[in-house]
Amino acid sequence: MHIKFTRAATGFAGAALALGALAGCSSDNSDSDAAGGTFTWWDPYPQHEDGSDWDHRVQACGDEAGVTIDRTAYDTNALTNQLLLAAQEDSSPDIALLDNPAVSTLADTGALIGMDELGFDTGDIDENLLGAGMLDGTAYGIPIGANTLALYYNADILDEAGVDPASVTDWDSLNTALGKISDAGHKGITFAGIGTEEGTFQFLPWFWGAGADLSELNSPEAVEALDLWVSWVDNGWAPQSVIQNSQNSTWEEFLDGQTGFVENGTWQVNSAADASFDTGYITLPAKDGGAAPAPTGGELIVAPAQDDEARYDVSRQIIECMTTPEGFVDTAETFAYYIPPTKEGQDQFAEANPDLEVWVDAVRAAKARTGDNLGTDYPLISEPLWTAVQAATSGAMSSQDALDAAQADAEAATGR
Amino acid sequence: MSTATTHHARPTGASHGHSRRGRRRAQGSPWVALAFAAPLIVYLVAFYAYPLIRSIDLSIHDYNVRAFVQGDADFMGVSNYVDVIRNPLFPQALWNTFLFVLVSLVFQYALGLALAVFFKRRFPLSGVLRAMFLIPWLLPLIVSGSVWAWMMNSDSGVVNSFIGIVGIDPVNWLTSPDTALASVIIANIWLGIPFNLVILYSGLQNIPDEVYEAASLDGAGPWKVFWRITFPLLRPVSAITILLGLVYTLKVVDIVWIMTRGGPADSSLTLAVWSYREAFGTGQPDFSPASAIGNILIVIALIFGLVYVNLQRKVDQ
Repeated sequence: MHIKFTRAATGFAGAALALGALAGCSSDNSDSDAAGGTFTWWDPYPQHEDGSDWDHRVQACGDEAGVTIDRTAYDTNALTNQLLLAAQEDSSPDIALLDNPAVSTLADTGALIGMDELGFDTGDIDENLLGAGMLDGTAYGIPIGANTLALYYNADILDEAGVDPASVTDWDSLNTALGKISDAGHKGITFAGIGTEEGTFQFLPWFWGAGADLSELNSPEAVEALDLWVSWVDNGWAPQSVIQNSQNSTWEEFLDGQTGFVENGTWQVNSAADASFDTGYITLPAKDGGAAPAPTGGELIVAPAQDDEARYDVSRQIIECMTTPEGFVDTAETFAYYIPPTKEGQDQFAEANPDLEVWVDAVRAAKARTGDNLGTDYPLISEPLWTAVQAATSGAMSSQDALDAAQADAEAATGR
Repeated sequence: MSTATTHHARPTGASHGHSRRGRRRAQGSPWVALAFAAPLIVYLVAFYAYPLIRSIDLSIHDYNVRAFVQGDADFMGVSNYVDVIRNPLFPQALWNTFLFVLVSLVFQYALGLALAVFFKRRFPLSGVLRAMFLIPWLLPLIVSGSVWAWMMNSDSGVVNSFIGIVGIDPVNWLTSPDTALASVIIANIWLGIPFNLVILYSGLQNIPDEVYEAASLDGAGPWKVFWRITFPLLRPVSAITILLGLVYTLKVVDIVWIMTRGGPADSSLTLAVWSYREAFGTGQPDFSPASAIGNILIVIALIFGLVYVNLQRKVDQ
């Protein structure tokens, strides 16, 4: 009898422990003091492990504020989902780095606090970069840096095909170049047409470069841009895999040395330098020449709302550490591809790294995806757009039909 | 064999029996009985009842991103379900789900059974071979999904280079709307064969040898033996194999998500993948329609479960 009671008690204790563990999820960080203690930090850089340069950079900001930073890295998409769940459970991290188009959506839920509330003046930040974090005139995040897209090329293949990269200035000259590369027995170009935000991100330079606008997805200019991509796939100038490629797999494909051009981001600069062949890059051409407006990429540093407002003081110090001009340059140099978002930071960075000045210009010319007053509507427009890109490149629909459907979906979703 | 399956069907009944015995011996206090049952009850509530209730709760409210965080979603009644069913994607996803489940089950079962019968005869290395057929089961899905996607790559995949040898033009397996669904079905069949093989093989072990001896005395050939003895005597095991396979296949997300994400142009979108995509796939979570789709799937699985229980009851009588 006695033994049996003990077992029951153990069962109870086990169940209680399990419940305690469940409850623990929602009270993670409410017990520590604001001064000292541990501050939680989420970012979308799982490629930078504990002990990496980036990790040291983050920890240094914690040390400066006299706290330990507990850093967790998620995949970009997962990070948005995790932040939403955490906001609902009141277990948000103190600081998060969030992909720029997601900031206004999250701010709209009330899960973030305004940067003015933390005492930051965001007047110095480039407007095209800060724009992504604005909602109703308040900035909810500060860009810690910015990146954008360009056209890298394999110099060996271009030489072999007799293409001078400087001759590629508009769509016609690009098409001529792709034709020559294809005749020489290589793939002309690869890009990421995947059915996610990355697909839209990669399509936008062509979309905007044709003169199209996100408020009218089925304009003749938009159809022209999509037809350009479709013709590359149909002509065999681009591999079939572009329909499924993420930007990373596109880059891997390029590194394999069989492709002339690749559309990819500033973050590949180091990797391009290490490639087994000679590489170079040019700006993405607009339809009738000149540089196409590329979308700005990059993360904003945000402060999710906390129950314990005393924590904000330390959060402010950590954000401060990441966003001084020196902080921006530090971050840029840690990543080797993040362009500082302020004039002062950019000048300092360009002085120290003159070879990257082209990227600084590209970031200044780039366009925020949530700009044009789209804000929280942007994700609702982006999804139909990437769906249309998938439908047209895979041959399921014509570009016109796919974009007509996309426009109808976008109108239904945004109510515009 | 049929007793084994009824055990499966009524696990809760068995545990009720245990707690009743416990009370008799403790002579009295219902609290003791409760204490014994508590771990089970806590477990069931925390891991089964609550998620189910929460899923229904999500599906009858309008949980957009804002409402999800603030917890003030508007009550919508069944209108999420109506929206999902009226969505032009619904008939397509339902049809894709139907094809995906039906074709997967037919081939998994047929190939699993053929292999099980094949391995019933012991021969040198049969154990090793049988173990090798279990490999798909042991690999993490992310690995098998990625490898299949890689093999079926249009430009550099091994499948296209094989069919190129016999002079067939390369097929855009995963990037053409005509073949994407077929491609994920092929991968899913490969994944499901070991499960069918193992269960059907153990079912074969339970068919008494005397029946086969009697058949051979009567001069039945192998084909006749299979259709007159093996197949009918395997029927209860087949039924549970197919039911479990159906439930597993209905809810498949991972392999499709890794290989095609339901695309291109929704051509390989099943209900389960659609639900996942609405909730987590776009960076713009729509939990309410997602859980409505999920609940529709649960109802479909439940209907087939009830059909099975009904059939089983008839067989028992």
